[in-house]
Amino acid sequence: MRYLPHSNIEREQMLKAIGVNEIDELFKVVPASVYKKKSFELPNHSPEFLVQAKLEAMANKNLCAANSAFFIGGGAYRHHVPASVDHLIQRSEWLTAYTPYQPEISQGTLQALFEFQTQVANLMAMDVANASMYDGSTATAEAALMARRITRKKKIILSSSLHPQYKDVVKTYLNDDGKSEGDLICLPDSEDNKGNISSLIDENTAAIIVQTPDFYGHLRDVKSLAEAAHAQGALLIVVITEIISLGLLEAPGSMGADIVVAEGQSLGNPLNYGGPFLGLMATRQKYVRQLPGRLCGETIDANGKRGYVLTLSTREQHIRREKATSNICTNAGLCSLAFSIHLSLLGQKGFVKLARLNHARAIAMVKTLEKIEGVELLNKTFFNEVTLRLSKPANEVVEALAKKNILCGIPVSRLVPNEPRLENLLVLAATELTTDQDIKILASSLAKELS
Amino acid sequence: MNMNSTGRPTRADKTSSSKNAEIKSAALLPDEPLLFEIGGYEHSGVDLFEVEINDEFLGGFERKTSLDLPGLSEPECLRHYVRLSRLNMSIDAGIYPLGSCTMKHNPRLNEKIARLAGFADIHPLQPVSSVQGALEMIDELALWLMELTNTSAVSMSPKAGAHGELCGMMAIKAALEAKGQGHRSIVLVPDSAHGTNPATAAFLGYKVRSIPANKNGVVDVEAVIAALDDDVAAIMLTNPNTCGLFEPDVIKIADAVHDAGGYFYCDGANFNAIMGLVCPGDLGIDAMHINLHKTFSTPHGGGGPGAGPVVLSKALAPFAPVPFVKKSGSDLSLIEHVNDSDSFGRLTAFHGQIGMFTRSLAFMLSHGKDGITQVAYDAVLNANYVRVRLQKVFSLAFGDQACMHEVLFDDSFLKGTGVSTLDFAKAMIDEGFHPMTMYFPLVVSGAMLIEPTESESKKTLDYFCDKMLELANDAIAGNVDRFKQAPKYAPLARLDETLAARQPKLKWTKS
Repeated sequence: MRYLPHSNIEREQMLKAIGVNEIDELFKVVPASVYKKKSFELPNHSPEFLVQAKLEAMANKNLCAANSAFFIGGGAYRHHVPASVDHLIQRSEWLTAYTPYQPEISQGTLQALFEFQTQVANLMAMDVANASMYDGSTATAEAALMARRITRKKKIILSSSLHPQYKDVVKTYLNDDGKSEGDLICLPDSEDNKGNISSLIDENTAAIIVQTPDFYGHLRDVKSLAEAAHAQGALLIVVITEIISLGLLEAPGSMGADIVVAEGQSLGNPLNYGGPFLGLMATRQKYVRQLPGRLCGETIDANGKRGYVLTLSTREQHIRREKATSNICTNAGLCSLAFSIHLSLLGQKGFVKLARLNHARAIAMVKTLEKIEGVELLNKTFFNEVTLRLSKPANEVVEALAKKNILCGIPVSRLVPNEPRLENLLVLAATELTTDQDIKILASSLAKELS
Repeated sequence: MNMNSTGRPTRADKTSSSKNAEIKSAALLPDEPLLFEIGGYEHSGVDLFEVEINDEFLGGFERKTSLDLPGLSEPECLRHYVRLSRLNMSIDAGIYPLGSCTMKHNPRLNEKIARLAGFADIHPLQPVSSVQGALEMIDELALWLMELTNTSAVSMSPKAGAHGELCGMMAIKAALEAKGQGHRSIVLVPDSAHGTNPATAAFLGYKVRSIPANKNGVVDVEAVIAALDDDVAAIMLTNPNTCGLFEPDVIKIADAVHDAGGYFYCDGANFNAIMGLVCPGDLGIDAMHINLHKTFSTPHGGGGPGAGPVVLSKALAPFAPVPFVKKSGSDLSLIEHVNDSDSFGRLTAFHGQIGMFTRSLAFMLSHGKDGITQVAYDAVLNANYVRVRLQKVFSLAFGDQACMHEVLFDDSFLKGTGVSTLDFAKAMIDEGFHPMTMYFPLVVSGAMLIEPTESESKKTLDYFCDKMLELANDAIAGNVDRFKQAPKYAPLARLDETLAARQPKLKWTKS
């Protein structure tokens, strides 16, 4: 048992020092009726190479993006992560440290968090960002709750083109299915923003939640939505699932957003079949005490030297218990470090180039695909993701192409089932990793499938 | 002196002038400037093609606001983050005995497995037929968790322990509503509980009713019965509890809560002490989260990501959130929607912390059932060894009794010395240790909660105990300076948390 240091002789010595004859005596407080009763149907310990072989066999059954022509987005994007990012986050000092509760010996983590918060705030053009949340979807739900605390109003309106799973998470957190005329209004899923969200805002509205680029890839007019919300004393929450878009598109903070939440996976983090990811969350200075999650702040030490600590913890559960702003007690530490390192490597120059490259690849993809018979492009605007209406159900096309090692996108029906009007819609993305060859393979297979 | 509400000082007092000793080498303990002070707006460490684009599809939404993001070349980047890393204490560098945090060794095989392309480079929404191996991995981990807890359902998607608490309590709420018992508005929480427990209950709109610990540091079944009525939805009980003790009445408490129509949520943060020996399902729990980043060795990463799957009783299983993996023959499917079912909904986009699942499964397969039992034995052995070695000088919070995986002292042995728990913790830093958990749990004065975990050798524990005794004896002998000035041998002296909170500076700005 390679992870356990004691020899049996040492175990005997320690038991003797404790004053017991055998280890089970230390468990005598456990009711006998439940102590060591079950014989587990599990294997015994195993050498490293056998464990590796078993798990490699599982991994090898999956079609990974690198072995396919890959076009899936929908809140998780495949980007190149520079080799130095993964090298750095595997250093013991980052990987095996805990939450920085002892700041004198955790300045690495704390300074990295302070830098991360600054990067996120600048990306979004917001005053302040927290040290990260679990992911974009849970950050969205927390933003809805935060808006209710700030405005002391209840009504939350979700845009029709918010990521369907994000909608589900908000419904669950708010314990409201959004179907009745209650405090949560979910505009029906729609590829063209049907349902005028502005007209639904009233004096009871705490916030509207709008994604841009939205789930179908359209860019949304955030500024006019902000004006409509603010006119009624409501907040605008902007959701971003593709953070790279901010290298090309205007920052939500400059368009009137009050809270911005985002999925940060695109920087520094692989697809990982959906997790772990990291949620980004930023707001205006005046709302900082209602922000959930960890915050790192600058201070000085007893010698007057600059340093960093976790701060404003009077919002948090370990101090406030049932009066806390949220029950969250962690951040996505290592994922946010990877995000930060990747963004430091890019710098604004590289970040803008990366965004332009993503948009250019999407244009190349669109220009090729829209020529195919049976394909209709729904977008007038997009960043790196678009929606196509196909001449047959999208899930059939996706399944058929997967057999040819083409992962061609997300059938909307997977996320919104039983909606005939959405059945033929396919959402697909391009990134800097999408090659001309990939697009060619997709185009020819798609044409065959639709003919 | 400034203190927070748990009684912990948040700024150095006048007697703790805490000057850093001039021992540092600028190379080994660097003063590293901020990224924003060393990076350049024209600098980049990534090569990308320049492309011409037109604004045909941008709708007039091009960015005009500056990004203010400096870049670093690759060598500058490596140096910045390597230099920063040196300012961190880590498990790999030494004992990190934070009670209730289970800072055990993080095997490197886990890291290798998590990075296999077949796990790391697959998309959560690619066709299920193309990720059968990933579903098999999730299903196998679920099987281990159910087997070790003797339960028949597990919800894999919660992203951390506190997220698991939400999952379990939402299932309880849904189950009560389904039974027409939605009026129940109270959750019982012992006052030694993690802060997340009352925060979770309040998050779901419940009122918290505190249950005191008795003189032995555990919850009396009588205290629970006295607090039970028709309005109680559930109890949230940590077992082993945060005082490091197994709750001896746990089965009676479960029965009493069930008899009163409530449910039993168990905080499984301390499962490490009993896994392979006691099955929580046999104790009558209805829901329990398992912190994979504690018990099953996934790295803490400076504060996450964690993972908090929740095992569920038969009574709660129908209310579990989506998604879940379903097995029919050798075919695995992923259930992402449940129409007209009792499921309470969805806690996160996609399927959970897959990268943590691979790591945990590697740990489980490596240890096997025999090793997992040995883990619990060694964790408890180590904590008790520390207990008996320290208890002659340190004051046990709840008297001379065997502990589980962690041992709790209070600050009465420091009474009259002028040395506080905080001072003591900072002095430990100068001896090369990460301090234990301090001022938690809240039920004792100046708590010191030590959890060595199974990963520490006898030699390390002996050295740790020798130094701890030396420090305690020094405090009692009146050598106060050593404590008030600590840490001397750290990158920074004590930090002013009061200043940080009064004038929050949460991002860098050009001065």
